[in-house]
Amino acid sequence: MFKLSDMSYKNQRILIILLFSLVPIVLLFTFAYLPVIKMFQYSFTNWNGLSKTMEYVGFDNYKTIFTKPEYFAVFKVSLYYFFATFVQMGLALYFATILSFNVRMKNLFKGILFFPTLLNGVAIGFIFLFFFKPDGTLDTILQMIGLESLQQKWLLNPKLINISLAGASLWRYMGMNFIIFLGAISSIGKDIYEASDIDGANRWHQFRHIILPSIRRILQLNLILAVSGAIGVFEIPYVMTGGSNGSGTFVIQTVDLAFKYSKLGLASAMAVVLLGIVLIVTVLQRVLIKEEA
Amino acid sequence: MHNVKYTAASVFKYLTLILGALAALVPIVVVLFASLKTNTEYASTGPLTLPENWLNFSNYTKAFVDGKMLLGFKNTLIILVISIVGATLTGSMMAYILSRFKFRGSALLMGAFLVATLIPGVTTQVATFQIINSLELFNTRWAPILMYLGTDIIAVYIFMQFLDSISESLDESAMLDGASYWTIYWRIILPLLKPAIVTVIIVKGVNIYNDFYTPFLYMPKSDLQVISTALFKFKGPYGSQWEVICAAIMIAIIPTLVIFTSLQKYIYNGFSQGSVK
Repeated sequence: MFKLSDMSYKNQRILIILLFSLVPIVLLFTFAYLPVIKMFQYSFTNWNGLSKTMEYVGFDNYKTIFTKPEYFAVFKVSLYYFFATFVQMGLALYFATILSFNVRMKNLFKGILFFPTLLNGVAIGFIFLFFFKPDGTLDTILQMIGLESLQQKWLLNPKLINISLAGASLWRYMGMNFIIFLGAISSIGKDIYEASDIDGANRWHQFRHIILPSIRRILQLNLILAVSGAIGVFEIPYVMTGGSNGSGTFVIQTVDLAFKYSKLGLASAMAVVLLGIVLIVTVLQRVLIKEEA
Repeated sequence: MHNVKYTAASVFKYLTLILGALAALVPIVVVLFASLKTNTEYASTGPLTLPENWLNFSNYTKAFVDGKMLLGFKNTLIILVISIVGATLTGSMMAYILSRFKFRGSALLMGAFLVATLIPGVTTQVATFQIINSLELFNTRWAPILMYLGTDIIAVYIFMQFLDSISESLDESAMLDGASYWTIYWRIILPLLKPAIVTVIIVKGVNIYNDFYTPFLYMPKSDLQVISTALFKFKGPYGSQWEVICAAIMIAIIPTLVIFTSLQKYIYNGFSQGSVK
């Protein structure tokens, strides 16, 4: 019988390197690189995804995206999510900071604040449909605290819809930022706080001069990731509104174009634009963070 | 004076914490309330009203049976187990050769994985769809399984980080005993990677359980529905029966809640390790 240990270590090494990397390499190529190549190729065609032939149309698809307002509008929707990320990170940072110090029932609060992040995206979509619907949770709470005048059609009013949806998204992802900040803050040595206590520093000084500088890199990383996050929004608006009333995001539009309207070429061009933005942001992030370090 | 300021700050601190906790919990708790109400009770009471009978599980039965949630759980479990076992094996194998052997092309390989992380999955779905289609995997469980396996670099990172802390003298002494590289990987490295494996299982498990995009796009067939897509189906026919939808939401959430409360410590670690770039 063939036994691996009968081979010389040199040959074993070659064999094991080949065997162990074969599956990952095949998967990597098939599902990471090949799609990118194909996507570029499709983006210059008018392919509908079904027909045997595709016609090359040059930069027509790109022209359509950048000149027709209905395609470009999705970027405006991203702005709502982008701004929500700032609020989200502010809250996450606040809670992470106070829960890094002595607080009663610390672990309970940590658990509760983090829990939403673990939930199923579809479930969250439904939870917030229930939350925002007429006479739903939000309206009832407003009534309870005497603010009936603020009751709204949260998901039907085109002016409010994206704010409502971005709010749901904030609720979903705040815990993620929170836990990352918490980890970063907990890696700061206790002695630094003690030393600053002796120097008479208060909590604000400690936050400003100890915590903030030590988590600066993580903060920057998160801020820049917020851009790609804001463009990649899909589940919450898709489950809640299907992209109606001006709540369609970049990804919803790409999916609709490709699979509902069979405009695969155009959808690919949108995806290329999206990929371009994300890559620029990522490169920017690497450069900025490298300069810091 | 000093004391007064301290108390005011502390009141503010607890007030914000309670508000934060309420904001996190209320949207879920009202769903729980609604899920336990009868149809007429639901129609006549507000979302914040407590259910009359805390043991009225009829909506749950209805959601579970009509929504074929059992099928959803079964499919989710199959995909979850195969993907996680596969990702753990391929990820740790990759990490093993990358961290233990210096060979020509190892830097290139690492670079190829790194660059792939820069490509956001959502951007390439249209083209990926065509690939899945041409492999005749559309509407099979293999479509999501291969995708969960194929793009995972986080696992390789976590494993490599861990492998660095496992002394190479361990490998060397096993080699003196004549162990093959396979034996070293299978008998020594893999068991020692257990904490990293737990981390990978948690991070991947949460992602797979909660993913909607992939199964929705690649397995529309109703026999193959997972929890996410099963839940999404309530949107149409049950549009007005919120008490049933709410029960379905709770059914999807309960496993997360149970696992979270029992594995809290590992989950925190898993997420802070998994997210470090």
